[in-house]
Amino acid sequence: MSGHRLLSSRLKLWTSGRSGWMSRLHEGLSGCGRASFSSSNPKICVVGSGPAGFYTAQHLLKARQDVEVDIYERLPVPFGLVRFGVAPDHPEVKNVINTFTQTASHARCNFYGNVNVGKDVSIDELRRAYHAIVLSYGAEGNRSMGVPGENLPGVYSAKDFVGWYNGLPSCRELTPDLSCDTAVILGQGNVALDVARILLAPTKMLKSTDITQPALDALAQSRVRRVLIVGRRGPLQIACTIKELREMVNLPDCRPEMVAADFEGVSEALKDVPRPRKRLTELMLKTALETPGEKEQERRSKASRSWGFRFFRSPVEVLASGGRAAGIRLAVNRLEGSGDGAQAVLTGEVEDVPCGLVISSIGYRSLPIDESVPFDSRRAVIPNSMGRVQQAAGLYCSGWVKTGPTGVIATTMNNSFDTARSLLEDMDSGALDVSSTRPGSQSISALLAERGVKAVTFSGWEKIDDVETRRGEVSGKPREKLLTVQEMLQVARS
Amino acid sequence: MAASVAVRSSVGLTLRLSRVIPDCNTCPLYGLKSCVNSGVSLQKRGSLDSFRTINRHLRTSMGLRHSEEGGSDAEDPADVVNVVYIDRSGQRIPVKAKVGDNVLYLAHKHGIDLEGACEASLACSTCHVYVSDGHFDKLPEPEEREDDMLDMAPMLQENSRLGCQIILTPELDGIELTLPKVTRNFYVDGHVPKPH
Repeated sequence: MSGHRLLSSRLKLWTSGRSGWMSRLHEGLSGCGRASFSSSNPKICVVGSGPAGFYTAQHLLKARQDVEVDIYERLPVPFGLVRFGVAPDHPEVKNVINTFTQTASHARCNFYGNVNVGKDVSIDELRRAYHAIVLSYGAEGNRSMGVPGENLPGVYSAKDFVGWYNGLPSCRELTPDLSCDTAVILGQGNVALDVARILLAPTKMLKSTDITQPALDALAQSRVRRVLIVGRRGPLQIACTIKELREMVNLPDCRPEMVAADFEGVSEALKDVPRPRKRLTELMLKTALETPGEKEQERRSKASRSWGFRFFRSPVEVLASGGRAAGIRLAVNRLEGSGDGAQAVLTGEVEDVPCGLVISSIGYRSLPIDESVPFDSRRAVIPNSMGRVQQAAGLYCSGWVKTGPTGVIATTMNNSFDTARSLLEDMDSGALDVSSTRPGSQSISALLAERGVKAVTFSGWEKIDDVETRRGEVSGKPREKLLTVQEMLQVARS
Repeated sequence: MAASVAVRSSVGLTLRLSRVIPDCNTCPLYGLKSCVNSGVSLQKRGSLDSFRTINRHLRTSMGLRHSEEGGSDAEDPADVVNVVYIDRSGQRIPVKAKVGDNVLYLAHKHGIDLEGACEASLACSTCHVYVSDGHFDKLPEPEEREDDMLDMAPMLQENSRLGCQIILTPELDGIELTLPKVTRNFYVDGHVPKPH
């Protein structure tokens, strides 16, 4: 029997690759393939099931044939920002779910959703149950503007707005007021551009995506026709990437509305910048300054909506009228220095922009999870060296909680692999002692049961997935997401 | 011309050999094959082989299945394209491929750690590779979407491409694809962690 088990677990090792037929094979074997309860294998627990958690788990499982990885997730559903952050009109990015699903289906991997680490179970309890803990719970908070009026109705954080159209349960009731003509987005990163695109995209572009039905209905009724995307610094410091910019440039029924003076001296500065920044800036220059061809001119003149960047502006105050946002006062900046390190300095001038919707997209922010875990509240990250949490043996971190909330999926993947390598090095060197047997999920499950917390397993998620997919089929969408934790739990336990 | 035909037929022979003989480091012919494939350090490879050996058996049948489905005849020497992957530790991994193979999926088939998060839909840059001089110019120009994704790739270089967009042609025979060393704490001495 033990030989049999070994064989099946070795076979399943390969499922962390991508061959579909292997995962089918795996299903046939899963009865005997689960790692045994009382094994003396190294047991690692991952907190958070977004890309960082899954990529860390994947690397650990692939590199060693003995580690067992349990992934804990606060929500009943996995995949973090791939589900709740990635824009609904970017379905290709979500293909990564297939790889994550194979990792979750691995014989030595288990998923426990609906477990809130820090509340339902403490970090210290996890430390007693596992040889190591990887914190990859991301950045659920957001940086605030810190200006008067930011709590007025009509002002939202991009994080909540994105959560609303993507079906994050805690943002279900946001129901933003879209009855105004102009929206101002503060921040010029990819999230800002996602929000601008969703606000301006023709409904027919969105209706075949996995955007939630309430969001789709609200956007169909939206009166927003103009979106201004505001940044503190200049075109050479913009934070978005070219794919997102190009999508704005090509957005149907939408014309660019730029301020030519913002681009003074920009083309001269271009020769010394790296390729990505150069191509991005060239596309901006072309859009802002070049006279378009006949076809594009016609397209622009027929467009009913517009978007534009506003550079060198910082928010000073959200202006109110009738108890809700009616405009924003912006300070005019000038730049000191050049390149990435350029600083925005106030000129003392201000200007008011009328708008009924203000969305602040100036960055996500990680929050501390548990008193026992060191946290750098200034940088809003867990202090670490190459993924090893400082002064906390056995604790590791990966993803945005490790680096801060920047970068695309490739960045998170690499930083998660890095953390996994640090952990494996420590196992090899003995810095992480894995010689004693740890109970792993067995003892945690007992604790959770005592506390009345019922975890959702990966097969529970698969039931949710199935229901969502079937609901989506009715309306020609890839899925219709369940919008409340309660409903998710009901389906998972059906 | 004659020389290239000779090379191709010898390559075909190697391919046949490798199909019959399980690729495993305890097998005495393993060295022969590696030798033909161009200098692999056996010692370096050996450490990963207990992981790979499993894959190999599976891969053989998968490879066969693939060629059946694809309808192309991998036994035809003219179809063979020699590819060398250079992984993140600097290790050279020679691979026999065939015309029409996609560099990303070819890597997966051979257990090489090239991701491909978006599954070749041009929505990420996780299959970023460096292409050897002399072969880079033989590739078709990248389309705009590939260039846009490359701009997000960590450690972008002049010879960067996305693996998922490279389809092997006969002119690409001998191509070397280097995986970028994007990580900060990789073993700089080329040490590969031993499987347990």
